[in-house]
Amino acid sequence: MSIGHTLLGLLESGPRHGYDLKRAFDEKFGHDRPLHYGQVYSTMSRLLKNGLVEVDGIEPGGGPERKRYAITDAGVTDVQRWLATPEKPEPYLQSTLYTKVVLALLTRRDAADILDTQRAEHLRMMRMLTERKRKGDLADQLICDHALFHLEADLRWLELTAARLDKLAEVVVK
Amino acid sequence: MTPPPGSLLAASELRKAYGPTLALDGADFSIHPGEVVAVMGPSGSGKSTLLHCLAGIVPPDSGSIVYDGRELATMSDAQRSALRRSEFGFVFQFGQLVPELTCVENVALPLRLNGTPRKEAERAALTWMERLEVDDLRKKRPGEVSGGQGQRVAVARSLVTGPRVLFADEPTGALDSLNGERVMELLTDAARSTNAAVVLVTHEARVAAYSDREIVVRDGKSRDMERVV
Amino acid sequence: MSVRQWVRDLGMGVRFAFVGGREGWVRALLTAVGVGLGVALLLLTTAVPSMQSVRHDRESARADVDYSKLDQKANDHSLLIADVDTDWRDKDIRGRAIEQEGPKAPLPPGVDSFPAVGEMVVSPALERLLKSDDAALLRERLPDKIVGTIGESGLIGSHELAFVRGADGLAKAIDGARVARIDRFGDTSPTDPETDPVLLLLVIVVFVVLLLPVGVFIAAAVRFGGERRDRRLAALRLVGSDGHMVRRVAAGEALAGAVLGLVFGTVFFLIGRQIAGSVEVFGISVFPSYLDPSPALALLVGLAVPTAAVLVTLFAMRGVVIEPLGVVRTAKPSRRRLWWRLLMPIGGLAMLWPMIGQGRENGTFNAYLVIGGVLLLLIGITTLLPWVVEAVVSRLGSGGVAWQLAVRRLQLSSGTAARMVNGVAVAVAGAIALQMLFAGVESDYTKDSGKDVARAQMEVSLSRHSELGPAVERFRTTKGVEDVFAYDRGYAGDRRKEPELGFEVSVGECASLREVAVLPSCKDGDAFYVSDAEWDRDTPKLAKQAGRTMYLDPSYEGAPGRQEVAFTIPKGLRPAHTREDLTGGERGGLLLTPKAVDPSAAAALRGQVYLQLDKSVPDVQDLVRNAAAAADPLSYPMNWYATETATRYATIRTGLFVGAVCVLTLIGASLLVSQLEQLRDRKKLLSSLVAFGTRRRTLSLSVLWQTAIPITLGLLLSAVVGLTLGAVLLKMTNTPVAVDWASMLSMTGAGAAVIIVVTLLSLPPLMRLMRPDGLRTE
Repeated sequence: MSIGHTLLGLLESGPRHGYDLKRAFDEKFGHDRPLHYGQVYSTMSRLLKNGLVEVDGIEPGGGPERKRYAITDAGVTDVQRWLATPEKPEPYLQSTLYTKVVLALLTRRDAADILDTQRAEHLRMMRMLTERKRKGDLADQLICDHALFHLEADLRWLELTAARLDKLAEVVVK
Repeated sequence: MTPPPGSLLAASELRKAYGPTLALDGADFSIHPGEVVAVMGPSGSGKSTLLHCLAGIVPPDSGSIVYDGRELATMSDAQRSALRRSEFGFVFQFGQLVPELTCVENVALPLRLNGTPRKEAERAALTWMERLEVDDLRKKRPGEVSGGQGQRVAVARSLVTGPRVLFADEPTGALDSLNGERVMELLTDAARSTNAAVVLVTHEARVAAYSDREIVVRDGKSRDMERVV
Repeated sequence: MSVRQWVRDLGMGVRFAFVGGREGWVRALLTAVGVGLGVALLLLTTAVPSMQSVRHDRESARADVDYSKLDQKANDHSLLIADVDTDWRDKDIRGRAIEQEGPKAPLPPGVDSFPAVGEMVVSPALERLLKSDDAALLRERLPDKIVGTIGESGLIGSHELAFVRGADGLAKAIDGARVARIDRFGDTSPTDPETDPVLLLLVIVVFVVLLLPVGVFIAAAVRFGGERRDRRLAALRLVGSDGHMVRRVAAGEALAGAVLGLVFGTVFFLIGRQIAGSVEVFGISVFPSYLDPSPALALLVGLAVPTAAVLVTLFAMRGVVIEPLGVVRTAKPSRRRLWWRLLMPIGGLAMLWPMIGQGRENGTFNAYLVIGGVLLLLIGITTLLPWVVEAVVSRLGSGGVAWQLAVRRLQLSSGTAARMVNGVAVAVAGAIALQMLFAGVESDYTKDSGKDVARAQMEVSLSRHSELGPAVERFRTTKGVEDVFAYDRGYAGDRRKEPELGFEVSVGECASLREVAVLPSCKDGDAFYVSDAEWDRDTPKLAKQAGRTMYLDPSYEGAPGRQEVAFTIPKGLRPAHTREDLTGGERGGLLLTPKAVDPSAAAALRGQVYLQLDKSVPDVQDLVRNAAAAADPLSYPMNWYATETATRYATIRTGLFVGAVCVLTLIGASLLVSQLEQLRDRKKLLSSLVAFGTRRRTLSLSVLWQTAIPITLGLLLSAVVGLTLGAVLLKMTNTPVAVDWASMLSMTGAGAAVIIVVTLLSLPPLMRLMRPDGLRTE
């Protein structure tokens, strides 16, 4: 995720202090990983340097966190361009799990066990996310759902692979 | 095999064949009060049969099922029916609401089967319909409500007798994910609040994620995924 | 619209009727069986006239003893034949004794050679009866050796009991009534009795009443599985068929069912024909070959049934629009209105009204008005019943779970429920009306036999030349006989031939004479005359002419050669007063004690014995019959019932009973079929209800209620309509209206019994459906 673009986008609704920016980011997007002040500071310096933001004013007392930033026209254009560009879909072509399964088959280990272990792990994660979803607000739900759908997709793959282990073994071990 | 300590319903070494098809081939199961256990597995693996056996709907060919210290296999059909009426609740994928009865009458049905007077039964039914947010449908017939609403009515019905075990067989199978999840939330919340155990048969991982524990059935054999790691 | 398009759509429908997996087949089969049963009954109905005419032909082909043949002289062709009919318990046995007189004497139909004395040929049914264990008394009466079987041509039914035995010495017993000399078999002057308008009315109503339920039944049968068909048609619309096309496809489906039903019906009919040959209903049996529908009527059935099937389907789809995504009922199922439903029965009454009071004096009834009126009244039931069911069911309150399930289901689909019951209701209403009509006109067709069953329960007429004394002795020693009243009776005329005046002569012991008249005092040798019998004017006149010669058994034109025994009116006749005799009539003429009669008179007198029986003795009537047969093989025992029924009336009543039983059975079968279909459609629901612990009893009870409620309403309505129709028909025949409660209860009872049987029969499949297997989806 581009933190620079996100902070720029947050500034579009009006000038903010660095501290405000961090809080707004954490509140909306930083559920798992809150921003460090240092991250905000370094990102804002980079945006300032590129002319995408400008300093709107400084509170007395000094320190970078007291600066008020505002977005520039160039900044708005940049946000617009970022939003309009589709994200590249993740191809998921390099799968550690697949590698593990094939290796297990090659070394005559129990591949089904590996799959089941992974399955249990996935479901444990899904259970956790579901629990959080139930307690959280709409933002929480959407974020958790995103993760849940991905995990579900993985789980389906695990099931499918488990069902096809015998065939895979034939191909791989040959 | 003795049932795990503290378990409400436990089964061991269940075998069941339908003609030449072996639906269960030595399946084990146990559940504690207030626990939600998901039974997963590919279609045709025997998970529905496991549920039917556990609920005393179908007697297994061999193996033991102990509910609350009583062996189901030695009970008569009438005893098992009585047990299902009073101690168990059921939610199925579809075809379970009586199309001629209104929603509130459907929900009140299990109570009435137990001999509760009609007024009282419908009052209790309405309380449960409120909890499942379908009390405004009470006068409607099942044909006039949406799938998600119908399923919530079915959940209300399964809970109205205050069952100790709730059996849910693909309760969200016919619903979209939004409606399905709402049903699951309401179902598990309600079950937890009454300390009912839930046996949840599903093939959807996101539905299974509402459980506390997961059992996978493959080729009639069960595997407790907690013991995998 | 091209013909080819039509054919293609119909053909597609025909295909749909048979493809579609097991379900499609089962549905097609159900429809075909339903239609087939209806067709079979229709064919049977069309065969009834031929059956009756064959029976009639056979009957007249074997006619023998006949008054018109009294003057026959013995010749090459002559055969002596005696009517020796007898009874076994409540069964009639046709018996003939024959004696070949001329070398070219005719053989009775179905008999190959003349049995010698002591031999007999018997019908297969009688042979079976004689071989059975409990027929010892009958074997005693018919000891002759069985030397052959009477062929089909000599019998009018497969179960007819009949025998022909050899005899000799019949010539002297010829009396033209029970013993005769003939030279050929067959009715010499077959009469086509003029049809009585009331009888004709009865026959018309019987046919309408039997066939209408069949029609209702066929209408219901082609609608089996209608909901699934609608879904399939919707799928056709989805792939681009227009509304007219799907209607034609539906018509094709109905046509396929009906045509297959025709095939089934023909098979059922052939089977039924064979079965009909092996059963006996109410004393009537037939040979399969009798049931031969006339080709024209059969062709009519063959055309009418498929046409009706198509029309009914199109009619049923009239309020339905098949849309690509499902079926839409055009009109919201608005509350059923009463007024137009009342039009039918009122119209029916209006058609019958002009004929009220017509009776049998004012010519025949207008057959079209009768048929139309009865049809409209009965069809009125099918239009009224849905309204009644809906109106009542929507007001039914709450009860137990079973009741609630049933009532709610009826509320949602009262039309289906009413349709299921329609057939039974129509059949019962028609039968009630007919029963009333029969009971009402019974007095015209059923004569009160007037016999005093308190004093005597059997009568035995002896043949001529048979002596009374030994017979009386035999009866006195017969087990179960409490008292015997015996008379030698004859008629004396004032001339040998064609007498103008005359009186009856009864000779008997004092005790016997006292049973027929009030005597001042009596000892053997006394002679009396009845002075005040209302119908007897000659006796008082002639009684005063003591010494006048009369002739016993005088001859008449056409019946010459009687005994003509001279008889002198005795002196000292004392008057006796009339009283009701043993037969409920008045005995007139002379009453003589044995010593008061010259023995020469005996030849012209015939013995008649009345017996008082102890009815508690088992088979007492057969004991008497055996005694009579032993005393005089040509004697004729009669069993007195309080009333005796005219045979034509009995035949129609029998027909009605048989038909009503057939129709109710048929409707019961269709009820069962649709009940099972409904249950199968609810398999999943039933299983899930059982899963959460519903008692099987609750579900079974709800099924019972579900049929019992509409049936009760249907029977009530049919009772009302039936009574109305019956009352109108009675008014038409100018007969006082009286409700025959017993038969009404028995008909409604039969209707109720059908429902109970259907419910009981649908319970085992219901139990099977309630097994949890229904929950399995994989």
